[in-house]
Amino acid sequence: MVLSPQDKTNVKAVFGKICGHADEYGAEALERMFHAHPQTKTYFPHFDLAKGSAQVKAHGKKVAAALVEAANNIDDIAGALSKLSDLHAQKLRVDPVNFKLLGHCFLVVVASHNPSVLTPEVHASLDKFLCAVGTVLTAKYR
Amino acid sequence: VSVCVPPSLPRLLIVYPWTQRFFSNFGNLSSPTAIIGNPKVRAHGKKVLTSFGEAVKNLDSIKGTYSKLSELHCQKLHVDPENFRLLGDILIIVLASHFGRDFTPASQAAWQKLVGVVAHALARNYH
Repeated sequence: MVLSPQDKTNVKAVFGKICGHADEYGAEALERMFHAHPQTKTYFPHFDLAKGSAQVKAHGKKVAAALVEAANNIDDIAGALSKLSDLHAQKLRVDPVNFKLLGHCFLVVVASHNPSVLTPEVHASLDKFLCAVGTVLTAKYR
Repeated sequence: VSVCVPPSLPRLLIVYPWTQRFFSNFGNLSSPTAIIGNPKVRAHGKKVLTSFGEAVKNLDSIKGTYSKLSELHCQKLHVDPENFRLLGDILIIVLASHFGRDFTPASQAAWQKLVGVVAHALARNYH
């Protein structure tokens, strides 16, 4: 899926609005994903996944930082996330289906905190962006 | 639900434009504005709402509730069941927009299960 100039504008605008809360949104997206899709917890047996967990907060911050980095380098997401892509391919090997689940939960978080931001057109752009990020992160799997 | 289900169908057609393939006789779907204003899309959104309402009223027998609709979507409408999943996810996001923080992780988890069960029930009689 190719991001059009309008998609890129929409994504940058969303991140511009939410950048102050990106860390919390990352953590909440993870929390929602663990709750709604418990199979995703299998990748975190070493984490305390109780509500308010410091480990989930820290991990949420990492996820958010990667998304912000991708949005800031939206013309070359593959370049911006190259190291993360290697990490996921060689070490983490999270099944590709799970990126869609986290992406969906991130959209839910954005929607619940900023309903007026997520118009259908912006929703489409953000969804495309999150798919693109997932694709980059799984690009080197095989 | 009555506020969130109807807008979900136009949003599905905008966010995942390939889903428009099932609505080629619905007239003008050329832009988000056209889709949102399209009376046939709105009417279909109401139909989907009605059947969803039935599911919520008959939570213990969703498979039964959707049995005929499943046949219809397979035999006559030829809809890939993946589309039911997509519509379910869109509904969740509309619910989140509508209820904000009240749409807690626990609420979302329950609704994900419900839309999953509805999608499964609609696909159940495919052959």
